[in-house]
Amino acid sequence: MNDLKEKVAHGVFLLAAITSILSLVVIVIFIFTNGLPMMIDYGVFDFLLGTTWNRTTFGILPMIVGSIVVTIGAVLIGVPVGIFTAIFMAEFCPPSVYRFLKPAVNLMAGIPSILYGFFALRIIVPWVRDTFGGPGNSMLAAILLLGIMILPTIISLSESAIRSVPRSYYSGSIALGASKERSIFAVLVPAAKSGIFSSVVLGVGRAIGETMAVVMVAGNQPIMPRGLTQGVRTLTTNIVMEMAYASGQHRDALVATGVVLFVFVMLINGIFLYIKNKEAK
Amino acid sequence: MVTQPKIKVEDLKLWYGDFRALHGVDLDINENEVTAFIGPSGCGKSTFIKTLNRMNDLIPYARVEGKVELDGQDIYSKKMDLNNLRKKVGMVFQQPNPFPKSIYDNIAYGPRTHGVKKKSELDEIVERSLRQAAIWDEVKDHLDRNALSISGGQQQRICIARALAVEPEVLLMDEPTSALDPISTAKIEELVSELKQEYTIVMVTHNMQQASRISDRTAFFLNGHIIETDQTRKIFTNPNQEETENYISGRFG
Repeated sequence: MNDLKEKVAHGVFLLAAITSILSLVVIVIFIFTNGLPMMIDYGVFDFLLGTTWNRTTFGILPMIVGSIVVTIGAVLIGVPVGIFTAIFMAEFCPPSVYRFLKPAVNLMAGIPSILYGFFALRIIVPWVRDTFGGPGNSMLAAILLLGIMILPTIISLSESAIRSVPRSYYSGSIALGASKERSIFAVLVPAAKSGIFSSVVLGVGRAIGETMAVVMVAGNQPIMPRGLTQGVRTLTTNIVMEMAYASGQHRDALVATGVVLFVFVMLINGIFLYIKNKEAK
Repeated sequence: MVTQPKIKVEDLKLWYGDFRALHGVDLDINENEVTAFIGPSGCGKSTFIKTLNRMNDLIPYARVEGKVELDGQDIYSKKMDLNNLRKKVGMVFQQPNPFPKSIYDNIAYGPRTHGVKKKSELDEIVERSLRQAAIWDEVKDHLDRNALSISGGQQQRICIARALAVEPEVLLMDEPTSALDPISTAKIEELVSELKQEYTIVMVTHNMQQASRISDRTAFFLNGHIIETDQTRKIFTNPNQEETENYISGRFG
């Protein structure tokens, strides 16, 4: 009887595991079988390195560059702010403030991206237009928005990385006559660096994959980025802008854009796994 | 000639929240001696040693009253520079706690903290400290190795070297051998006997043989009081108090 129970339980768990693995496999197969033939048909280099995108010509270099630049910009803003916030929360924050700050960060992670986009459209875009000129819907607006959107990921993971450093390192440093600040920056933070780095990698993943919020503020012109105050189109927004009415090769070109995006995300996950494994050793 | 004690403690009381851990402790600690604290678990000896370099400040709900003087200066006064106090009064912990950095960077951490930048000067301090801690010969060929990769006994001597590198006057050791094997323990005991030529050493120990082997004076703690302080030989052969007698003869604790 017990034996049977165990077998049933085993079967249920297995089924659950298979379902998730299977959906991943189906997604991968779908994206690659739809996208790759188009890329080969069209010419891989013409597709990846072409700088013109219209109804008949499908060069996605502007979008690749756009995604990379916007992500780097978001990291430049989000990473320092996020890490300093994490250090503040783990080491400096009085409990009364923490009680409010911690749920606030968690809430930030849960806000739907469309709401971030709405906020950026009404606040960031006019601010960029008034301060730096240009149309407002721009690379800079996208960067600022994504810089904010990756904060909760970086803050939560970095904070727990810093908290998981043994307290004895801190006491050891204090006992040598080091100040609190030095003990934190010269001992605790370096000891937490692999956790902090993982948080950055996940933040990058979030930034490069974000779609709805970005499409609302980035301008979305499918041309090579010309500056921070000018519009930009990313890989994700390229798909969402045109998928509704695309057909034929145009539709396949959008799926192929997804292939490129997928490769980027795999790279990021690869880096993440590599760090995790190194940490485990 | 009456020499002034290196550390003079007067009526020191300490509370953890509502719990009173120390009930008015008085103690003189002499220069270039090893002073051992013995007593059963929870008697306050580890709590007390932390008050001597104010590591108890790190415990948010601990409160201290009374006086601790280092060379006649009250370390609990508001003017006290805590970083400077802890530079003068170094500490070695029960569990070896080297930083997850190279051996070299562990030793150089303190001097760097206190402003030494020149590589040649740091090299010199690192070598001298490791020699003083009797571990130079074991690690000199791999100073760039992570300090966590060596044995526990070696780690503890790295921690001693790290403490010595900032040239303290007093070295506090909180059960420094309780996590170590007998051979490492013997090495550290030998080291302590050497170090007292230059440093004032205060040591908490659970091991009464250890106290009798290496200390000059011994203080016996019980329930947050010092029951008796005297020459170590006197404490272990002919103590004045019955409780001390009972403890060292193994009747409790």
